[in-house]
Amino acid sequence: MQEIRLKKLEFQTDPAFENGVSNAEAVSPDAAQVRNYLLSRGNSAISDGGFRWLMVLCALSIFGIVVLIATELMVRSKLAWGQFGLDFFYKAFIDTYSHKPMYWDPVNGHFSALPFLYGTLVSSFLALLLAVPLAIGVAVFLTEMCPNVLRAPLAFLTELLAAIPSVIYGLWAVFVLVPLLREHLNPWLIKGFGWTGFFGDDNPTGLGFLAAGIILAIMILPIISSLTREVMTAVPNSQREAVLALGATRWEMIRMGVLRNARIGIVGAVILGLGRALGETMAVTMVIGNSPEISRSLLANGSSMASVIANEFAEASSDLHLSALMELGLALFIVTIIVNAFARLLVWAVTRGEPASTH
Amino acid sequence: MGVGIEVTTLNAWYGSNHALQDINLNIPANHATALIGPSGCGKSTFVRCLNRMHETNPVARVTGTVRIGDLDIYKDCNPVEIRRRVGMVFQRPNPFPTMSIYDNVAAGLKLNGYSNRRVLDEIVERSLKNSALWDEVKDDLKKKSGASLSGGQQQRLCIARALAVDPEVLLMDEPASALDPVSTAKIEDLIFQLKAQYTIVIVTHNMQQAARVAGKTGFFLNGRMVEFDATDKIFTNPSDKRTEDYITGRFG
Amino acid sequence: MPLPACWCGRLRAESRRPRIKNAGIQEKGLRISAGEKKLKNEHKIRAKFRALSDGAATGLAVLATILVVAPLVAIFAYLVYKGANSLSWAFFTEVPRPVGVVGGGMANAILGSSILLAVGSLIGVPVGISGGIFLAEFGRGTKLAHAVRFTADVLNGVPSIVMGIAIYSLIVVPQGHFSAFSGGVALGIMMIPTVCRTTEEMLLMVPNAVREAALALGVPNWRSVLAITVKTASPGIITGCMLAFARVAGETAPLIFTAFGNVGWNTRLDEPISALPLQIYVYALSPYDDWHRLAWAGALVLIVLIVLAVSLVRYVTSRGVLKGAS
Repeated sequence: MQEIRLKKLEFQTDPAFENGVSNAEAVSPDAAQVRNYLLSRGNSAISDGGFRWLMVLCALSIFGIVVLIATELMVRSKLAWGQFGLDFFYKAFIDTYSHKPMYWDPVNGHFSALPFLYGTLVSSFLALLLAVPLAIGVAVFLTEMCPNVLRAPLAFLTELLAAIPSVIYGLWAVFVLVPLLREHLNPWLIKGFGWTGFFGDDNPTGLGFLAAGIILAIMILPIISSLTREVMTAVPNSQREAVLALGATRWEMIRMGVLRNARIGIVGAVILGLGRALGETMAVTMVIGNSPEISRSLLANGSSMASVIANEFAEASSDLHLSALMELGLALFIVTIIVNAFARLLVWAVTRGEPASTH
Repeated sequence: MGVGIEVTTLNAWYGSNHALQDINLNIPANHATALIGPSGCGKSTFVRCLNRMHETNPVARVTGTVRIGDLDIYKDCNPVEIRRRVGMVFQRPNPFPTMSIYDNVAAGLKLNGYSNRRVLDEIVERSLKNSALWDEVKDDLKKKSGASLSGGQQQRLCIARALAVDPEVLLMDEPASALDPVSTAKIEDLIFQLKAQYTIVIVTHNMQQAARVAGKTGFFLNGRMVEFDATDKIFTNPSDKRTEDYITGRFG
Repeated sequence: MPLPACWCGRLRAESRRPRIKNAGIQEKGLRISAGEKKLKNEHKIRAKFRALSDGAATGLAVLATILVVAPLVAIFAYLVYKGANSLSWAFFTEVPRPVGVVGGGMANAILGSSILLAVGSLIGVPVGISGGIFLAEFGRGTKLAHAVRFTADVLNGVPSIVMGIAIYSLIVVPQGHFSAFSGGVALGIMMIPTVCRTTEEMLLMVPNAVREAALALGVPNWRSVLAITVKTASPGIITGCMLAFARVAGETAPLIFTAFGNVGWNTRLDEPISALPLQIYVYALSPYDDWHRLAWAGALVLIVLIVLAVSLVRYVTSRGVLKGAS
C-alpha cells in the first residue's frame, strides 16, 4: 500500500500557525456584535409567507379578471338569451311586408346575429386568403433565402407592422385604401369578374367586405409571419441537411425538410392570425360599411360582430338591444378563446415539444 | 469561534432517490474537516443538509438530526436563521452580478437590514483581508462590479461575502475545483488560516487537497459514510478496504 | 487477405480487355434499352423543371416580401407626409375648436392618453410583475402555474372591444357615468398578460446560482427574490413593461365605452376623458377636412411614440438584457 506523502505548505512550518491560529485584527465592538445582530433578526417566516401569498394572489387575480369578464357578459346577455335562445345565431325574422329577412331591427325588437357572423367570417377568411400565402412567403424568404445583412432590418420592418395601432390602419384605409378600391380596383373587378356574383356593382362607395378583408390581411400578416418564422427556425438543421444530401434543390429542401416538419406550427400560426382577425374592431368598423345585411357580393356593405358593437353600443335604444349586443360580445369572447387556445396548442407542440420527425 | 456539528442518522432523498443513508458524524469545532469520495457519492448533498439548502429542491426530503452547537437545525429553527450561522461557498463562484464588490461583500448584512455605514466599511475591509482579496480590490470597491473579477478573485469574493456575516461554520463545496492552480493554492492557504476562527467543512474530490488542509477526513461512498478519521490515518492506514481502494486510485 | 474467387475472375477479365478510350461507355451504350433512354430524357426534363421551380419559388418569396414591405412603407410615408403637414405647435397646446372653426389641437387628447396610461400602468405593471414572480419563483412546474399561464394567454386574446363592454358593465354602470378611471382599468387589464409573460421569461433567465448564493447567506426569501433575482432581471422586465405600454397606447376600442372621450380639458379621474387614438377615430369619421387634418397629425404623433418604444425595446433586447448575469 502506497503512502500518500503529506506535503506541508510553507507557512505550516511557521510556529505561529502550528494550531492554525491566525493573527486576526482587533475588531471594534460594533463589528463583533454583527453575529448577535443577525441572530436577533429572528425568522422571516411571516414576511416570507406573506410575500408568497401576495404573489399567489396577484396570479389568481388573473383568473378572477377573466371569470369576472365572462360572468358579466353572461349576466348582461341573459335578457336576449331568454328572448331568442339559440335562434339568435341562426334564424332571422322574416318581414311580413317585404318577405325579406329583417336581421337587426332595434325598433321592433328583432335581433339576429346572422349578418354579423357572416360579416366576421367573410372578412376574416378573405383576410386569411390574402395574408397566408404572403406571410408564408415572407417567412420562407427571411428564414431560408435572405442574405444575412438584410435579415434583421426586414424582420424588424415586418414586426413594426404589428406595432401600428388598429385605428391608424383604419385611418389609412379610409383615406387611401377605400378611394383606391372605389376608383380603380372595384370597377376592374366588376368588369372582369362580375359574372361570378361575388362582385356586384350596387355599392359605389368602395367600403365593404373587400376593403375590410384587405386591411385585416395587412394587420394579421406580421403575426402569421413571425410565428411561422419561429416554427421554421425550430426545425433542426439536421433535417435540412438530410434533404440536401439527397440532392434536392433549395426549394425542395424548404418544402420537404422544413415546411413539412413545421406544418403543424404553421397551421397554428394561421389559426392565431384568424383569432386576431375575428376580434379586430377599429379598422374593420371604419371600412366595412356598417350595414346589417348579408350579401354575396364582396363589394357590398356589411357588418362584423365587433363593428356593430362599436357602432351601436353607446346609443343602444333599449335594454333588449343592449343585451343583444352583449350576447354578441359573449359569442366573440368564447370563439376567440377557443380559436386562440387551439392555435397556441399547435404552436407549442412544434416549438416546445419534440419535432414531428426524428433527428 | 466555531462550533461543532453532530449528525445523527441523517437520511436524504431527491424524490425517490435515496441520496444519503444513515450518516452519523461528529465534526469537531475549529477544525477543517474534509469530505472525499467519487462523483455522486452524496458529499455535496450532505453539506447542503447542514445549512438546509437541500430542501430548496422541491422534491427533496430529509430525516434525522443535525445539531450545530446545541441547536437542532431542523427542529429548533427556521432555515433562514440557520443559514446566517452557517455560511456556504459554492463550486462555481457566484457573486451577485448587479452589485459592486463592496455591495457583494456587505450583501449578507445589508439585505438583513443592517445599515450602519461605518461598521459595514470595517466589516467589508476585514472580510476582504481575511480572504486575501483586499490588496487587489481596495481601490475599486464601489466602482467595479462583482462579475468583472477573474475566477479566482470571484471565489475569494464569495468567501469574503460568506465571512462578512461572521458565521460559526463555513461549508465549502469543492471551492477550488473551477479554478486554476495558483488560485487554488491561495484558497487552500486561506482555509488553513480560517480554521482558527471557524469550523470548516470542505468537500473535495482532490485527495491531496484534503491531505493538505484538513485535520479529519470523511470518506463517502454511494450515500454512506464509510470512514471518518484523522486525515493522516485515512491516507496512510485506512481501516476500510473501500477507502484504501479509493485512495490508491482503483476507482473514482 | 486473398480476394474472393468471383472478384479474381472479374479483375483478371478486366485487365485482359484492350485499353480503348470510351470503350466501356460504348459497350455500355450498346446495352442501353429504349426504356432506359426514355428515363434519361425524363431525368433531364425533370432536372430542368426542378431548377425552374426552385427559381420560381425564390421569385415568389421575394415578391411576397416586397408586397409585404410595400404597404408598410406606403403607410408610413403617407402618414409622415400628411401628418407632418398638419403638425403645428398648436397641435400640442390647444384643445379642439368647435365644429367649423379652423385650428385647434389635440392637447387634451395627449394629456388624456397620458393619464389613462398612468392609471393603466399602476394597475397592470404591479399585478403583471407579481404574476410573473409567482410563475418563475414560487410556482415553477406546478399545475396552478400552467393554469395561470393559460389564463394569461386567454386574457391576451380577448378582443379589445369585448374588454370595453365588460368594463362598461363592471365599472361605468355602477358609477353611473363614463370616467377616466374605468378607461385606465381597461388598459391596465390589457397590459397584465404581456408584463406577466415577459417578467416570467426574464426571471427564468437568472441563473440558479445567484438565487442559491442569496439563500445561503440567510437572506429572507422575499428579500432575495426582490433585491437580487428581480433586480438582476430588471432590464428585461422594464422592456417588457415598455412593450405592453406601447401596445395599449394605441388601443381605441376599450376606451369608447369607458373613457368615452371629451372635447374639453379634463384631469379628473371620475369624468370622461379624451385619448389620442379615440380622438383620431372620431375625427377620421367626421365630415370635416379640418378634423381630418388633426387626425393625421395625431396619427403621426402616436406612431412616432410607438415606433420609438418598440425600437428601444428591440435595441435593449438585442444588446443582451442580462449583462453579467451569465
